[in-house]
Amino acid sequence: MIYVKDANLNLAWNEVNIGGNIYGGGTSLEVNTGDWRLLIPAWIEEKCKHCMLCFPTCADSSIPVKNEKREDFDFKHCKGCGVCFKVCPFGAITWEKEDK
Amino acid sequence: MAYNLKQEASKPERFVGGHRLCAGCGAGVAVRGVLRALNDEDKSVSGVATSCLEVSSFLYPFTAWNDCFIHSAFENVAASVAGAEAAYKALKRKGKVKDNYKFIAFGGDGGTYDIGFQALSGAMERGHDMVYVCYDNEAYMNTGLQRSSATPKFAEVSTAPVGSKIPGKMQYKKDLTETIVAHNVPYVAQTTFTSNFKDFHEKAHKAHYTEGPAFLNILAPCPRGWRYPPEDLMAICKLAVDTCVWPLYEVVDGDWKLTYEPKTKLPVTDYLKPQGRFSHMFKPGAEWMLEDFQAHVDKKWERLLKKCK
Amino acid sequence: MGIRERLSGNEAVAIALKQINPDVLAAYPITPSTEVPQYFAQFVADGQVDTEFVAVESEHSAMSACITATAAGGRSATITSACGLALMWELLYVASGTRLPVTLAVVNRALSGPININNDHSDSMGARDSGWIQLYSENNQEAYDNYIMSLRIAEHKDVMLPVMTCQDGFITSHAIENIELLEDDKVKAFVGEYKPEHSLLSGESISMGPYDTPMFYFEHQYQRARAMVDSKQVILDVSKEFGDLTGRYYGLFEEYKMEDAERAIIVLNSTAGTAKAVCDELRAKGEKVGILKLRVYRPFPMEEIAKAISHVKAVAVMDKAESFSAAGGPVFTDVRSACYELATRPHIINYIYGLGGRDVPVDVIHFVFDELKKVVADNKPGEIYRHVGVRGV
Repeated sequence: MIYVKDANLNLAWNEVNIGGNIYGGGTSLEVNTGDWRLLIPAWIEEKCKHCMLCFPTCADSSIPVKNEKREDFDFKHCKGCGVCFKVCPFGAITWEKEDK
Repeated sequence: MAYNLKQEASKPERFVGGHRLCAGCGAGVAVRGVLRALNDEDKSVSGVATSCLEVSSFLYPFTAWNDCFIHSAFENVAASVAGAEAAYKALKRKGKVKDNYKFIAFGGDGGTYDIGFQALSGAMERGHDMVYVCYDNEAYMNTGLQRSSATPKFAEVSTAPVGSKIPGKMQYKKDLTETIVAHNVPYVAQTTFTSNFKDFHEKAHKAHYTEGPAFLNILAPCPRGWRYPPEDLMAICKLAVDTCVWPLYEVVDGDWKLTYEPKTKLPVTDYLKPQGRFSHMFKPGAEWMLEDFQAHVDKKWERLLKKCK
Repeated sequence: MGIRERLSGNEAVAIALKQINPDVLAAYPITPSTEVPQYFAQFVADGQVDTEFVAVESEHSAMSACITATAAGGRSATITSACGLALMWELLYVASGTRLPVTLAVVNRALSGPININNDHSDSMGARDSGWIQLYSENNQEAYDNYIMSLRIAEHKDVMLPVMTCQDGFITSHAIENIELLEDDKVKAFVGEYKPEHSLLSGESISMGPYDTPMFYFEHQYQRARAMVDSKQVILDVSKEFGDLTGRYYGLFEEYKMEDAERAIIVLNSTAGTAKAVCDELRAKGEKVGILKLRVYRPFPMEEIAKAISHVKAVAVMDKAESFSAAGGPVFTDVRSACYELATRPHIINYIYGLGGRDVPVDVIHFVFDELKKVVADNKPGEIYRHVGVRGV
């Protein structure tokens, strides 16, 4: 059984999973899609009312929520689309050019 | 139990980041929402038709699916999921499967309205206990914006381009939701993303927990194909609903119910204007297209109101 | 010592399915295989099996449902013919590529067009490169036996490939012949339980059927190709075990009076019976003729066939399917290629015969053996790509 950490181009034919199966979910978390961003959101915790309106609009599951409180963005996966910035009624999210 | 977004948001995520869907893609939002509506104790098997969603969410060895996932082809997702559901019934009966599973088929509009329509019709008719979810972005986005039967009239797509003689697609959008209603399945609903996702969530939950086949048609905008800024996803959805271009309703055991009626029905131009695919409709001489589009929406809306009494 | 019965080939397969009691059977009617799901539906209606019978709306959906049912950890089966198999085409590759041991009973029938409902092998021959193991059956007994063995072959951990078992439409599917059935408990014990290492319903998270980029696709295809190579030994082992149970032993092919044969015919399915009868007649006259009946066509027993015919002077490979390659039928090209490295090799000619249900009487076999006589006498093959039974040819 091949785990994602081992997935690389050195794997021989008998080291990759039969049929292309992957065992264990969510292995795409290994992939950094944060580097797609042009603009980056920022969460201003003081202004956040934890209304959660931003949460379901994120296509990249990059707004973590624990015990009914949102936390800072998952910048490894956030692609910077700006949808959350647009829906925040409290100005608790900014969306600006990212310095890379 | 009343809908509580904070509680829903605190559930473990069943569809995670790191997939290759475009920034602001409606499909990702739709999948997350549908899976979130599962009860915590239930496991799920999702089948996905070949689509943007499929090629972006499971590139070997990276899967964005935390539950079970299977893809086999484009036109067969309903039959695929039906097969898994049939095996579940048999194995459950024999005591070989302990957990409770829910079965979900995801297809884009091409995979649902067009090439997958036969398998969908068959699975709905046979009564499998499954939910078919169409994430409708109104064209073949995976192959580069070709016309589907879900593409609205006049929209500019790559196989119905705007030319000097023909202004985009010349046929109205197929009404698939009504077609599935005609299959006499216990639950059919049409929804999209609204501010707090209450409409979406409640329909998805009902679909999962209605015994037998259920069908959800979700308008899931594609910023690239529709040519609007990605950050405007939610505004576009709201306009689709408030102009009655995409009415929100459900049909439970044949009873039609409108789940949202705009206080003020907005003109279709409010919805069309922000989208590049309709930009030619706003050029001088194209007024007839706007009138045609509006008249069609009005007619469909009036008919829907009658059905919902 | 088995149960003596008189059954058609379709009934024999249906009874095998009843004894196996798969978790899911998904099927769509098509002549001449329709009887199998009909019989099976009656078993379901009478509570003799506890299978989920899914009466799908097409063969495409039948194979789709079998693929996921198997992925879900169930045993699944389907039955089809001709255009039904053609409609499954895309999914045949998916089943083998996803390494799911689906079993499929093919009742061979000519492909359209024009439409024809009678027997030839154009359907399964077209699917010969789809990554499915193919077993061919001379009569109802072999159709029954092959089907029971097919599950064990498919599900073996070194194989994990789907298997299609083939028999001739109408000729064996509808003709009633004597047969010896196994007792239900013996079949159940022989096929055992299907316990895949991983499945959609095992409780673990699993993703199946990825978008396989150039980084990994080739390795996955190589795995599949290796499994086909490795399946040969598994087929032999399972067949040996089956032989020990029933007294009916099967190999990769059957050599009938081949030991000292100077002329031989290679054939598969029901025509082998006719060919054996002619062979006996000619042997009675002192002619050194033999028959090689191919049972396993995929994997192709390349070295074994070459060895079996290396001593023969002239061989006719009979293909009940055109390949439209302008260079001979599928079995012919494989057999001929298999002999290339032999130090001394027979002359090998090809006969396309029996297409679309064209009758194959003993005269056809006599004619072929006579033609082989000329090849031997001339010590050259003459025209290689030939047809027999076509008017005016």
